[in-house]
Amino acid sequence: MKFRAKIVDGACLNHFTRVSNMIAKLAKTSTLRISPDKLNFILSDKLANGGVSMWCELDQKNFFSEFQMEGVSAENNEIYLELTSENLSRALKTAQNARALKIKLTNKHFPCLTISVELLSVSSSSRIVTHDIPVKVIPRKLWKDLQEPVVPDPDVSIYLPVLKTMKSVVEKMKNISNHLIIEANLSGALNLKIETELVCVTTHFKDLANPPLVSESTSQDRNPEQMAEVHIDIRKLLQFLAGQQVNPTRALCNIVNNKMVHFDLLHEDVSLQYFIPALS
Amino acid sequence: MPLLTQHIQDENDQYSLVASLDNVRNLYTILKAIHFRDHAACFATKNGIKVTVENAKCVQANAFIQAGIFQEFTVQEESVTFRINLTVLLDCLSIFGSSPTPGTLTALRMCYQGYGYPLMLFLEEGGVVTVCKINTQEPEETLDFDFCSTNVINKIILQSEGLREAFSELDMTSDVLQITMSPDKPYFRLSTFGNAGSSHLDYPKDSDLVEAFHCNQTQVNRYKISLLKPSTKALVLSCKDFWLLLLTGFGQFYLKPAFNGPLMQWWVNLLNK
Repeated sequence: MKFRAKIVDGACLNHFTRVSNMIAKLAKTSTLRISPDKLNFILSDKLANGGVSMWCELDQKNFFSEFQMEGVSAENNEIYLELTSENLSRALKTAQNARALKIKLTNKHFPCLTISVELLSVSSSSRIVTHDIPVKVIPRKLWKDLQEPVVPDPDVSIYLPVLKTMKSVVEKMKNISNHLIIEANLSGALNLKIETELVCVTTHFKDLANPPLVSESTSQDRNPEQMAEVHIDIRKLLQFLAGQQVNPTRALCNIVNNKMVHFDLLHEDVSLQYFIPALS
Repeated sequence: MPLLTQHIQDENDQYSLVASLDNVRNLYTILKAIHFRDHAACFATKNGIKVTVENAKCVQANAFIQAGIFQEFTVQEESVTFRINLTVLLDCLSIFGSSPTPGTLTALRMCYQGYGYPLMLFLEEGGVVTVCKINTQEPEETLDFDFCSTNVINKIILQSEGLREAFSELDMTSDVLQITMSPDKPYFRLSTFGNAGSSHLDYPKDSDLVEAFHCNQTQVNRYKISLLKPSTKALVLSCKDFWLLLLTGFGQFYLKPAFNGPLMQWWVNLLNK
């Protein structure tokens, strides 16, 4: 197994740092999958994270000036590494104005992802800061649990409103209730609702866009005013929203009635999918 | 506020209380300042709304929000009273965020149908509407400090800025705060008696911070310092333009806005001398 890659472009480096910050907010532990064309950050829907799953994908060509990898074997040319997400984002924090960033899979008593940051000092001489991030190599037999989730046909698909407003509202709702209902229809309406013995609060977002219906999809015969809803853990929604520090390029919300909500985001050229299951 | 004006005038007849504000921020700030217990009593007349929070008959805080502050204010009956969870009310009033985003205003419309009905709040910011339905409870007896000016012995009006500093520096190792008012020096003095010794803070009557001073008779009052904690928080939260009116006859003090705005009143029980 081999992996080495280099980033020299400042904008690419900043973007990569933002992605790692987002992953650190979304998943304490995540799996980094390295393949010849892509990097993925994965969280699979285990009980440990309450059934939430995440699939983040980026095209390595858009970030790295150099990229070499050799997977586990010729037929299985991939590497799966488990790491503590925050370790990566913290290491990248030091790379803010770096001249170059190198990532390498190493073995220092245990497998590590070594990040080397070349920084320019005032005197134009450079110095190198190295971080060794411990990783766990995930064996081939466990790869089947880490594949791209299948997205079921949603009952309703709608573009999200400004995330900042959603986050402010959900943050306050969390003080009142542990769970919330997210519902939307094909007429551009999305509601967030909480209800306790003491109080009911509903926030109505209107005039949102719905993506054009895919022909022959189940949604075609659907009454556009009818709401599809899911009852979810409010903290999971808040965690997802808190991870979006920047407004995404595109943000789609897919609801499968009473089953789950799927967020499909695009941050420039990085895609993020986040699945929150319905409360049982 | 196009979305809120969709509620037509006829609808108002079913409500005992209807109140609208273009900007909910000031209401939120004043209610937050008196939020030292979970529950509050609301009392509305055609003159405005009074919100009362009380602690074991020792401290009572009142916020008076006059009818004139609202863009729309209608009370159908003589008076409307209910008890409500203030913590939940504050969370609802700040549903779009605790700190205001510059350039955005959150509008509020508050409706109450009467005894047994929940309090309805309609909040709008940037086209997004949040509807809150908060259950109300049976109003409880609150101590009535209907305070007559004939009983006032001494009176001082201070800019809250100066008092805020003093209160934030109070020696909390002292059990009591002693307030002295006298026709001669020191005029107005705050004293504490803590582990390190006693400390006195004097405000001479001709100080810039003293707006008015009336004192015929020396009075020394002592207050349990722990009871004052919520009021010092109120001073910190209150806007810069509040004045403090201290009426030593009853141990009451008012926080009064310099310009037209809601009024806050605190009553703190005197210790036995």
